[in-house]
Amino acid sequence: MVALLIVIAALAFLFILTIVYYYNKLVRDRNRVDNAWHQIDVQLKRRYDLIPNLVETVKGYAAHEREVFEKVTEARAMGIKAQTVGEQAQAENAITQALKTLFAVAENYPDLKANQNFLMLQEELAGTESKIAFARQFYNDSVMAYDTDRQRFPGNIVAGMFSGTFTPREYFEIEIAAERAAPKVQF
Amino acid sequence: MTFYEQISRNKWKSALLVSLFIAFVLLLGFFVGYIWGPERAIVGLIIATVVAVTMAITSYYHSDKVALAAAGARPVMREEYPYYVNTVEGLAIAAGLPVPRTYVIDTPAMNAFATGRDPEHAAVAVTTGLLEKCNRLELEGVLAHEMSHIKNYDIRLMSMVVVLVGIVVILSEFMLRMLFFGGGRRRGDGGGDGEGAGVFYLVILLLGLLFLVLSPLIAQLLQLAISRRREFLADANGAMLTRYPEGLASALEKLTREAVPFPRASKATAHLFIVQPFRKAGGEKIHRRSSIWDTHPPVEERIRRLRAMAGMEGMYTQAAMEARLRGEVPG
Repeated sequence: MVALLIVIAALAFLFILTIVYYYNKLVRDRNRVDNAWHQIDVQLKRRYDLIPNLVETVKGYAAHEREVFEKVTEARAMGIKAQTVGEQAQAENAITQALKTLFAVAENYPDLKANQNFLMLQEELAGTESKIAFARQFYNDSVMAYDTDRQRFPGNIVAGMFSGTFTPREYFEIEIAAERAAPKVQF
Repeated sequence: MTFYEQISRNKWKSALLVSLFIAFVLLLGFFVGYIWGPERAIVGLIIATVVAVTMAITSYYHSDKVALAAAGARPVMREEYPYYVNTVEGLAIAAGLPVPRTYVIDTPAMNAFATGRDPEHAAVAVTTGLLEKCNRLELEGVLAHEMSHIKNYDIRLMSMVVVLVGIVVILSEFMLRMLFFGGGRRRGDGGGDGEGAGVFYLVILLLGLLFLVLSPLIAQLLQLAISRRREFLADANGAMLTRYPEGLASALEKLTREAVPFPRASKATAHLFIVQPFRKAGGEKIHRRSSIWDTHPPVEERIRRLRAMAGMEGMYTQAAMEARLRGEVPG
């Protein structure tokens, strides 16, 4: 009788231990996903901060290319205002297109292309673009790890017990690989 | 999951390395003390314990500094090499790791390595030759390889090897030199205390022989730390990070083709680098057969495996990546 009680107690203890372990694992996964999402925002904000400087620098050499500046500034404002993920993605696309045009225009001004400040801003923007892509990639990787742990046994039981805590996270909308593979726009 | 297995294996091997090292030094201390006089064995043991523990702690906390200093690396700020620092920051985001410290080595040779005890205390170093001759995608490939070493905890093991095995190698070379060149002279210099000098010579002789016997074991220890699988794994994980295996493949090709000698790389640090450093000009090492003494797998094989990854799902196309290289901002 005592032996049986000990066995039952041990099993219960083991059960609780397993739950605690998988609960903590899921918390870690979920926090990483949220942190990764935040990381994308950090890089997007960095890009918003760089754009006015870039516009000012280019204006100094090519003041009459007003149309291009307007497009960039407009797209930036749209991105800052964006509420939903869909709006955000749309604005980011607009910014990307506008910047492409801006850099294409800059090609026509040799003095501008030799400007140290312009070169630095160009490098910073290119670096930030890469970081945005990497941050999205890490976000999707994190969601995948989270999903795997949520769906696999016994994580799925724990996730079911605390379904309010471990809500699903969405993958980043745009399939970046396909986007990169898209034919490039010629100016 | 193999990823986590690799991490725990690396931590386990690091601990094993330290244990072996401490055991070795303790044995040495006991041995030296005993030769001097059996009653002094315990003194030797105590001294050896202090020395071994100090060295083990040093190797854990300071191996990165030793490795960086040995390679002649200096820290760089964003202003000097913005695109290098940006690339490291970007890859740290992709890997979900803190940004490692960035260093450069001023040499036309092309190479890179990572060091540190864990991802929170990591550093990457690249040569200025590599920064000048590699394009952005190639640099990204190289740094992604190094980032994988950081994530895997390869850096802890590999850096500790630099210090601990380095000390043993230096000691062994020192002893052998004493044995062959110093011994005769020292006997003559002995002056009044001829007997003491004789004992000293005997100790050196025996130690030298001991090291001579142990050197294959030391080499074996190096092999343990630098298994070729580690490099293949870092290549593959790096390619997963950039989603573009061709970047690293073409960098490896360039690194081997333009084999510039890198005199600062020594036996103790060679295994750290992304490709085995060349000692002499002309790069005659490339076409020689691979041997068991190689610290790295053959570059051709690494390139072949990377190119085999290129067609995998989720990888970027060459056209898309080249567009990015031309400064066209990707979406």
